[in-house]
Amino acid sequence: MRQRPSSHFPRRAIFPTSHGPRSSPLRWAALVATWVVVGTAGAFALAPPPSLIAADNPNDSGHGVLLTWSASPDSDRVAAYEIYRLPWRPASAGAPYGANAPDSVWLLAGTVTGDARSYIDQDDEATLGGGINPMFVPRDGQVLYRLRAVGADGTSSAFTPIATGTPRGDWFHTQRVNVLVIAGLLGGFMVYFIRRAQRGGKLYIRPIPGLSRIDEAIGRATEMGRPILFVLGTGTGGDIATLAGYTILARVARKTAEYQTPLLVPVYDPVMLVMAQQTVKEAYLAAGRPDSFKAENVFYVSAMQFPYVAAVNGLMMRERTATNFYMGVFHAESLLLAEAGSTTGAIQMSGTDQMAQIPFFVAATDYTLIGEELYAASAYLSQDPKLAGPLKAQDLVKAAILLIAILGVLEMTILRSGWFRSLITPY
Amino acid sequence: MKMQIPLILVFMCGVAMLAQFMIPHEYSEDFFQYANDFVIVIGILALPVGIYSLMSNTVRKAQRDPKERPFALVTIGAYVIMIIGGMKAEWFFSPTSLSTRFFDNILIPAQATLFSMLAFYIASAAYRAFRARTALAAVLLVTAFVVMLRLIPLPEPIATWNNGLVRWILEVPNMAAKRAIVMGVALGGITYSTKILLGIERAYMGGE
Repeated sequence: MRQRPSSHFPRRAIFPTSHGPRSSPLRWAALVATWVVVGTAGAFALAPPPSLIAADNPNDSGHGVLLTWSASPDSDRVAAYEIYRLPWRPASAGAPYGANAPDSVWLLAGTVTGDARSYIDQDDEATLGGGINPMFVPRDGQVLYRLRAVGADGTSSAFTPIATGTPRGDWFHTQRVNVLVIAGLLGGFMVYFIRRAQRGGKLYIRPIPGLSRIDEAIGRATEMGRPILFVLGTGTGGDIATLAGYTILARVARKTAEYQTPLLVPVYDPVMLVMAQQTVKEAYLAAGRPDSFKAENVFYVSAMQFPYVAAVNGLMMRERTATNFYMGVFHAESLLLAEAGSTTGAIQMSGTDQMAQIPFFVAATDYTLIGEELYAASAYLSQDPKLAGPLKAQDLVKAAILLIAILGVLEMTILRSGWFRSLITPY
Repeated sequence: MKMQIPLILVFMCGVAMLAQFMIPHEYSEDFFQYANDFVIVIGILALPVGIYSLMSNTVRKAQRDPKERPFALVTIGAYVIMIIGGMKAEWFFSPTSLSTRFFDNILIPAQATLFSMLAFYIASAAYRAFRARTALAAVLLVTAFVVMLRLIPLPEPIATWNNGLVRWILEVPNMAAKRAIVMGVALGGITYSTKILLGIERAYMGGE
C-alpha cells in the first residue's frame, strides 16, 4: 500500500513564487503569520551594545582591566549588563583559553546596572583558598571579555564581540598630582622661609597658651613637691601627634631634670616605651643631670585601651600628680583620664589632633593644643628659625587654600558655571 | 654619628615611602607591604622590653610597699595564666579554654565598667564647660541647650520646633570649625613629616 504525502505542498514551496499555480490564499496567510511572529520577536529582542573596549585600568598595580561600552540600542529596556570573562589559569595548568572557548567556560565577572557604561575587573590574588583563582587578572597577560544586556523581564541579548584587555602596572599615579603640587608648593615655601630666617629675618609665631604655660606648670609641681605625669596617648610611634608629643616630652623632661622633679611616663606601646625612655634620657643628659634619670619612671603599662586608663588613673590617685600632660593620639580614654586628673586637683595640659576628642579636652583640662598647635610645639618652644620657617610656609598654603575656597564660593554663587569646581576636582 | 645614622635612615625611608605613594605599580605595592611587615617585626621585638618593664615595675612596687603586694600578685598571676592559656592555638581560640574564659568573663566586663564611667564623666565635664562666666561661654551654653533639646527624647512639638536651627548649627558653624581644624591638621602633618624627613625636627630623638 502506498503512503499518501503528508502535505499537499512540498516543504520547499511554502513561500510563494511567481511560478503560477502554487500561489493560494492559504499560503499567503501562512506567510503573513510568519512575518508577524518573526517581526514581533525581532522587535522585542534586546540588542547588545555595539562596542566593547577592554583596556588597561590606569593608576593601578597592573591587575585591573577597564571595560567600556556604548549603550545598547535598546538601552531604555536594559536593566543590567553582564560582563563575562575567560578564566585565568597558570602556564603549568595548560595554555590560556582562547576566543574559541565554549560558552560553558566563560565566567560571570560582574553585573552592573543598565545605566553603567564601564566596569573595572580587578583581582590581584592568583590563588584562592589554596587553589587557582580563575578571576585573577594577570599583569601583562591577556584577558578576554564579552558582555550582554539583560532586560527587566530576564531576557538577554546576544553577546558583544570579544574584547581583549592587557593590564599593565603603572609607574606614576596621575590622580595624585594634586598632592604632589601641594607638597611641592609647601616644600618651596619651607625652603624660602628657612633661608630667610637663617639670614636673620624675624618670624612671628603667635602665643600659644598651652605651650607658654608649660614652665609654669612644671614650676607648680616643683613647689608642691609632687611628680609630673606625661601621657603620650594610645597611638603608635608612627603617628605624627605622638611624635609631636615626644617633642613636648623632651622639653618637659629637660625642665624636670633641672628642677629635680619626678617625671612619670606610663606608655601604651612597647615601641613607644623605647622611644620615650630614650627621649627622657637624652633630655636629662642635655640638662646635665644624667644621674637623675630613672628608667623605671618611664614604664610600659598595657597595649589595651581601658587597662591602660585604669593604670594611669590609679597612678594619678596614688601619686597625687600635680601636673598632667596629655599629648598625642587619644580616643575614648581622653575624658576618662582628664576627669580623673581633674578630681586630683592637678593642672592639666592637653593636645591632640583627634577631632572627636578635642571638645572633651577643652572641657576637662586647663589648656588645650588644638590640632596643628600640637605640631607647632617644637618651633614654639625652641624658637629655632629652622623650625619656625615651615610654620610660616604652612600658614601661606593655608591662606592660599582659603583664597581658593572664597573664589569657589563666589563663582558658585554668582556665575554658577561649575568651571572652578572642575578646576579643583581631582581628575 | 649616633645621631647621623638614624637621620640618614629616616631620610631614606621617608623618600622611599614618598616615592611609593606616587607609584602604583605592583613592585611598589610589594615594597609597601614589605616595609609594613617590618613595623610588625619591630613591634614584636620591642614586646620583651615592654614585658620586662611591666614585670620589673610590679616587683619593685611590691618590694617597696606591702600594700601593693596583692595587686602585684594579681598582675603576675594573670600574666602567667594568660601565657599558659595561649601556649597552643586550640587553647587560645577555643570558647571553653581558660584564656577565653578569663578574657570574656573578667577583662571584657572590667573594660565595660570603665567605659560606662564615661557617661558620668561627660556630665561632670559638661557642667564645668557650660558655666556662663563670659559672653562666649554663655553663647556656648545657649547653643548646647538648643542642640540638646533636639537630640534628647522629648515629645513631638518640643523635640522638633528647632529642627532647622539645629541643622544650621551643625552644618554651618560647627562644620566650618571642624573643617578648619582638619585642614590645619592635614597641612601641619605634611609640614611636620617634611621636617622629620629633612632632619630639621629631631626632638623625638631626645634633641630639641
